[in-house]
Amino acid sequence: MNWLTNLIRPKIRSIVGPKDVPDNLWQKCSSCEGMLFHRDLAENMNVCNHCGHHLKISVAERLDLLFDGAYKRVDVPSVPQDPLKFKDKKKYTDRLKEAQAKTGEKDAIIVAEGEIGGMPVVVAAFNFDFMGGSMGAAVGEGIVRAAETAVARNAALLAIPASGGARMQEGMISLIQLPRSVIAVRMVKDSGLPYIVLLTDPTTGGVSASFAMLGDIHIAEPGCMIGFAGKRVIEETIREQLPPGFQTAEYLKDHGMVDIVVPRKDLKETLSRILNLLMNRTGGLRPKGKIGNASPGKVTNANGALFGGQNRSSFAPHTTTVNQVDPANDRPELKESARVTASQK
Amino acid sequence: MAALDFEKPITELEGKIAELRNMTSSKDFSIAEEINRLESKAEKLKVSTYNKLTPAQKILVARHSERPHFLDYVKGMITDFTPLAGDRQFGEDNALVGGLGRFQGQSVVVMGQEKGHDTETRIHHNFGMAKPEGYRKAIRLMEMASQFQLPVLSFIDTAGAYPGVEAEARGQAEAIAQSIDSCLRLRTPMISVVIGEGGSGGAIAIATADRVYMMEHSIYSVISPEGCASILWRSAQQAEEAATALKLTAQDLKNLKLIDAIIPEPLGGAHRDPSEAISSVATQIEKGLSELSPWDSERLIKRRQQKYLAMGRV
Ligand SMILES: [Zn+2]
Repeated sequence: MNWLTNLIRPKIRSIVGPKDVPDNLWQKCSSCEGMLFHRDLAENMNVCNHCGHHLKISVAERLDLLFDGAYKRVDVPSVPQDPLKFKDKKKYTDRLKEAQAKTGEKDAIIVAEGEIGGMPVVVAAFNFDFMGGSMGAAVGEGIVRAAETAVARNAALLAIPASGGARMQEGMISLIQLPRSVIAVRMVKDSGLPYIVLLTDPTTGGVSASFAMLGDIHIAEPGCMIGFAGKRVIEETIREQLPPGFQTAEYLKDHGMVDIVVPRKDLKETLSRILNLLMNRTGGLRPKGKIGNASPGKVTNANGALFGGQNRSSFAPHTTTVNQVDPANDRPELKESARVTASQK
Repeated sequence: MAALDFEKPITELEGKIAELRNMTSSKDFSIAEEINRLESKAEKLKVSTYNKLTPAQKILVARHSERPHFLDYVKGMITDFTPLAGDRQFGEDNALVGGLGRFQGQSVVVMGQEKGHDTETRIHHNFGMAKPEGYRKAIRLMEMASQFQLPVLSFIDTAGAYPGVEAEARGQAEAIAQSIDSCLRLRTPMISVVIGEGGSGGAIAIATADRVYMMEHSIYSVISPEGCASILWRSAQQAEEAATALKLTAQDLKNLKLIDAIIPEPLGGAHRDPSEAISSVATQIEKGLSELSPWDSERLIKRRQQKYLAMGRV
């Protein structure tokens, strides 16, 4: 309890009565310590109106913010829980139950499909409230399922990590989610579809060392922490002095690892523009010869690579039926013109 | 040889045997008999000790300073070894050594983390903790392997990727991620052997392979037991408990179907008979390569991906 909950809330309570005061009426900015009123905060997309610090935002709010309108949740197949029968001070199964009760979710990833800027997108978003967004088998499965769905729908994949790294309680099962998630993004790339990563606070450890650093485009929220090794490990083990702004989004941009740092209020516009640039390419200019079809949208049976089928991996996801693309089967302009009009509305 | 704590009863017995040997200038029958008795006792003790090593004890064996390291394996099984340096972008990383060579006549790319065997070499090799340029060199070598149709052999022995300011500045996470991707896209067979310590992302970066083998007393883990204990138990004192909970031994990981085979070590660990250990590894690699040959690149890649996708699902 901070001074606020002790002092201010009772005062407010005495004025308006206890039932009308939600627990989170006021909160303190973790950066400038300024007081934030919940309504201002909500209006400002959880960005501090004093210093511009980006506070955490729930996955539901995040998805509402990004998708054009309604979106559909994609079911993630269940995986064996607690494969190691892990117990530290507490049983892993108990920690899972607590996190499930707290979040109302099965695990730390949410997969959803919808449109952003009129372009079809599958989003794989991490829920940091679920055990620090740590990546175990369920999260890995979520990324695989998101990638398979993107390929099946001819949609872009947008990953939104918010994770401390691997789920220690799953031991090596969590480490193999690194290659598994890399395979997932490879499916999307081999289909000529955009894979975009929106890095949010924090993106560290095994999550940064796998799918999160393999995007065609890396967008980051201002000030978010991105890195492989934890600051404490670096300071304590190696005894190196950390430079100012170390491992922030801006630091990573300066070091060539992030394309753009985008404030939350501009995220939807930026994402919409990029997705349209990559997927809605009609300008009359095309490469010579046969081309496949990586154009988006309702063309659900097309999985062509951008420039012909010759670079396509023979890999087919195990659950969805993927129609093999015949390289000779030119599906040209098809619905692209229709798309343009749709997206220009 | 530096004895580990749990090995003390064995080394004490061995000391006694040596003492008795020194005492008998003449052929004293009763002393010879005593020596025989003690020797068979020492042997039995070794067997029983090493058959039931706890995970924490295995960590000590896996990290034993006299255990054969990457360059010992290269020397023992690779001819014409030609180390190649540099990532062509920033620099050379001596923590991750790699190059061309021949394994039983076949040209291969061989690479691995080298921990070093004395202060000077340990510092030279940065204790086997690679930086981004090390992983980018590995990527370069794997691309070369694809281009020239050379199988890749990787040897894993690292506490983890180097956690330092410069490594972060140059994109440690990105380098590891790309290296995993390179393993998965490799157009030739890849065999990885955990010879000592398999430390998290820094290990799997060059161990996402068609066949992954572990030495009998090696370990492979998502986090060091010390690190795990300090986070989950809030005390590094619980490292032993964490070591057990993490299921990081070769035997545990074989049961979880995360590795393909366990390579037996000489009695008392690889450090007691390095050449026997190296020859067991060579035998297993030969077996793996023959299982994977001849290869069709597309099928190989597809199977490698399917293998990883299937892991941990049931
Ligand atoms: Zn603030």
